[in-house]
Amino acid sequence: MATFETMTINMGPQHPSTHGVLRLVLELDGEIVVKATPHIGFLHRGVEKLSEHRTYHQVLPLTDRLDYLAPMHNNLGYVLAVEKLFGLTDAIPERAQVVRVMMAELTRLKSHLVWLACHALDIGAMTVFIYCFREREHIMNFYEKLSGARMTSNYFRVGGLSADLPDGIEQEIRKFIDEMPYHIETYEGLLTGNKIWQKRIQGNGMISAEDAIDLGVTGPTLRGSGGDWDLRRDQPYSGYENYDFEVAVSNGCDTWARYHCRLKEMRESCKIIRQALDKLKPGPILADAPKICLPPKKDVVNSIEGLIHHFKIISEGPKPEAGEVYVGVENPKGEVGFYIVSDGSPRPYRMKIRPASFINLQALPKMCEGSLIADVVAVIGTLDIVLGEIDR
Amino acid sequence: MSAQVAVDKLKAKFGETVLAVSEFRGETTVVVKKDEIVAVCTFLKKELGYNFLTDLCAIDYLGQAPRFMMVYQLYNIGVHQRLRIKAAVEEDDARIDTVSCVWATANWLERECYDLMGIVFNNHPDPRRILMPDDWIGHPLRKDYPVQGPDREPYQGRLQ
Repeated sequence: MATFETMTINMGPQHPSTHGVLRLVLELDGEIVVKATPHIGFLHRGVEKLSEHRTYHQVLPLTDRLDYLAPMHNNLGYVLAVEKLFGLTDAIPERAQVVRVMMAELTRLKSHLVWLACHALDIGAMTVFIYCFREREHIMNFYEKLSGARMTSNYFRVGGLSADLPDGIEQEIRKFIDEMPYHIETYEGLLTGNKIWQKRIQGNGMISAEDAIDLGVTGPTLRGSGGDWDLRRDQPYSGYENYDFEVAVSNGCDTWARYHCRLKEMRESCKIIRQALDKLKPGPILADAPKICLPPKKDVVNSIEGLIHHFKIISEGPKPEAGEVYVGVENPKGEVGFYIVSDGSPRPYRMKIRPASFINLQALPKMCEGSLIADVVAVIGTLDIVLGEIDR
Repeated sequence: MSAQVAVDKLKAKFGETVLAVSEFRGETTVVVKKDEIVAVCTFLKKELGYNFLTDLCAIDYLGQAPRFMMVYQLYNIGVHQRLRIKAAVEEDDARIDTVSCVWATANWLERECYDLMGIVFNNHPDPRRILMPDDWIGHPLRKDYPVQGPDREPYQGRLQ
């Protein structure tokens, strides 16, 4: 039998389907991928290094820029870790907890909408992209009303929230959530029964639960392989134990299974947001810890205590005990964790971010080796990576 | 099984290798000798069910001896229990055995740790840089590496 040489081609970092600046070096035998080697780091901004030179409050805006499709989840993971370090975990007011859960789930919807839009677009279904971005625009508007920013929200604060909900937004969110299941059905109507969609993603990107756990894969990518693990249910934070929701698990191990998992997650998110809206009661939005939490602006300009606390927190920064904490939260992509080491100074001595996309991407060679080169595009789509988080 | 049970079993099995156990905010940390790290991790995975390596990183305690501390964040998916393992690494012998033979996920995490902190992993299957360019000199997350760039004075901090 004749032996053939393999051909090595370069995919990215400017390839439209690599969702940013991912470079893949593919070794091909004809159209079959023999070896795939991801090259990353093009977007490395040194967030961990920068955080060692900022106070605990100043690090928060950096976390927005990790997974920029789900900024509030990164904020949430970070503030939970800092609150644990300061011993504030039980002091967070009920209203702040509920708003956090509500915004986290809206963010999950927002992130999954981008995933579905880009995943379908990569495979050639243009219409879904337009529909998904239409709904995402509503969530961006909620972001803007809450925080003033559409992408990098920086809305949560250590101890609570930066501001209360603006008037009327609860009704707007409720209206959006009431319509959302109909929209999800529309996407399904466009894709699930579509023969091309089925042919492209059924049996694509196979990974077993054992391999996924060995490779550290989390989130919907693990749950699509039958790994029944969701931190919201298994290690509840921010009061997730008070919500009634199901964890979407599928045993298909392929892109098709992950597609169904994420769609179910979107429906479950709608359920959680509706419960959060029902739970929402007036009350304080910031913990009663004036030496740690940034005071509201009206206290800073109207009271001498507020001014002093503000001055001390901004100029010096609150000092936690020396110690170390790790907090993981269920980001739309998987487990995002913050490990903070404190030496008692007002800045983190070391902060390590556990990026979900970085670790999930490590499974890419396993998922696409042996398949066609066109399937690599589907695998990148189903992994739902964000390069901002991978490169940090 | 609580983390305490795991620590007791670890002590019973390895004895002298377990150097210290501490608890902070309900999180248990075990410091072990670095020579035994693969044996400890294999035991934790195979016998105690810590089948998931959440994260791995190094801390630079510049000016102290030993200078580096490796940190392994483990998770037991069966009982949803976290455990942190640490191992000290000296500056003049900044190397430790790879645990990528225990958890495949350690491959990239150790590459990152080498890239940014300069810890060498013995027997690593793919010991390349991962985030910085291949020809980069230095390891940016070390405390003596200036935050503004390699050719700048070390940043003294706005607060000092």
